[in-house]
Amino acid sequence: MSTGIEAQIAQWRAFLTERPAVSPADADELEAHLRDHLDALTAAGLSPDEAFLVAARRVGAIDDVAKEFAREHSERLWKQLVLGQHDGQPNGFGTALACAVLAALTIVSPALFGFGMTGNEPFYTVNAVPVVLAFVTGLLAIRRSASPRLIAALAVPFVVTVAALNAYPFEDGGSTQALSVLHGLVLLWLVVGIAYSNGHWRSTRHRMDFVRFTGEWVVYMALIALGGGVLVGLTLGAFAAVGVDAELAVANVVLPGGAAGAAVIATWLVEAKQGVIENITPVLARLFLPLFTVFLTVLVATGVVQRDVVGSPRGLLILFDLVLLVVIALVLYTLSSRDRLAPPGWTDRLMVVLVAAAIIVDTFVLAAMLGRIGEFGMSANKAASLGLNVVLWVNLCGTVALLVRFLRGRSRHDAVERWQTSFLPVYFAWAAVVAFAFPVLFSFA
Amino acid sequence: MKVGKDLVAASATPIVLGILADGESYGYAILQRIAALSDGELAWTDGMLYPLLHRLERLGAVESRWDVGGNGRRRKHYQLTPDGKALLAEQRQQWQVVTSTLSQVWA
Repeated sequence: MSTGIEAQIAQWRAFLTERPAVSPADADELEAHLRDHLDALTAAGLSPDEAFLVAARRVGAIDDVAKEFAREHSERLWKQLVLGQHDGQPNGFGTALACAVLAALTIVSPALFGFGMTGNEPFYTVNAVPVVLAFVTGLLAIRRSASPRLIAALAVPFVVTVAALNAYPFEDGGSTQALSVLHGLVLLWLVVGIAYSNGHWRSTRHRMDFVRFTGEWVVYMALIALGGGVLVGLTLGAFAAVGVDAELAVANVVLPGGAAGAAVIATWLVEAKQGVIENITPVLARLFLPLFTVFLTVLVATGVVQRDVVGSPRGLLILFDLVLLVVIALVLYTLSSRDRLAPPGWTDRLMVVLVAAAIIVDTFVLAAMLGRIGEFGMSANKAASLGLNVVLWVNLCGTVALLVRFLRGRSRHDAVERWQTSFLPVYFAWAAVVAFAFPVLFSFA
Repeated sequence: MKVGKDLVAASATPIVLGILADGESYGYAILQRIAALSDGELAWTDGMLYPLLHRLERLGAVESRWDVGGNGRRRKHYQLTPDGKALLAEQRQQWQVVTSTLSQVWA
């Protein structure tokens, strides 16, 4: 058949497959029908163009046909991510599953030799996170076919973290151990980012992609944890009903193994569904951006009326670290889905209000805390939260300045994005300082 | 004379099942057979046949498989299942009641 007709058929087919209710197989079926009819019509003496017009009209208006398909296949209007296959192409689920199983086995293997979590909490606290993140990094390195040099470079921070955290003589129940573990987690997560970008961690675009990945990963972990919680609850209940106490097995094997596997599977899920399902984190960010802005402005107003924002300073710094982290997350994830060339909109103005309110409140908190530290002396906890607070404060001041410039049309929007992603190495450096230097500075207390 | 839309829709299932009772077939051939049997007076929008076939497949009345025809064209062939035969028998009884009633009313 002539190329002109082929092009018309291809275009007709493209219109058809655009509809979510029409699957590629349906399009094949309808195309075979159209071609059969075309053959019959041209055999009867019509020109190919005439035949196409008649045959396409006989199949029906694409809107109507698609609507009829949608009535029969309403499930197709929901984008589906089927485990293990997507359009028949392998998507690496096998590798991910193998990594997840290995991660789970590694985490539970000490328990199988009688070295369970119960009674050996410090060992698990220090080593669980690096082990799990090593498997996440490994999976990403396999998926990206990372070079041997990059893999070696990725291994260094893991080895250093595990070695330092195991060698340090931490005091039992001291705060430096908890700080080291927490900041080791941040540090190694940023190493995951290097694996995610396959070594291109200097580029703003790759950093932003990793920020998106992080958000989706957290959402998927939360969803898996929800399902896992239901499963564990039902398991415990069912075993209790038949008179078996499964609590120890669940605590030592099921929970740690499950969490380790989930971290790896969540990594694969984010990758597999990236182009299939809408990202959820930006939606959450847009939902909570106005609410959080209201919360912070009310807080500032209350502070002005009471002439005191700080009130009781106990634990306030840590609380405000969390507030600032949420503000930065809202800014980041609102940015992450923004059309970079769009003119200033209401979200940009809201972000200015949100960030400005956060800076005002935090400035009061910082001043009060500096006074308190001068009075009562420094501790590891105070120093860590103060340092983070200062880093975030600087970040937000820069953000608000760049946002205002953008609103006035003096700079492009991606300046904010570049400023935000330029903080990833700062977070990395600060996490390294707290994880490795703080225990020594504060004599492992 | 063209048969009205509602009547076409109501008779679609028994007609398709009846044609498939003669042996497996595919969409275009089914429509050709309907056109031949009704002298072109049972007019369908061709595309609407496929959602119907898919519905019958979901209900278990027909089975489908892809086959390559003589001219190398891949076509989806449909075949009646035992459930489909039962459904056809049931529909046939119902339609016999309708047609016999109509013929007596109009006699």
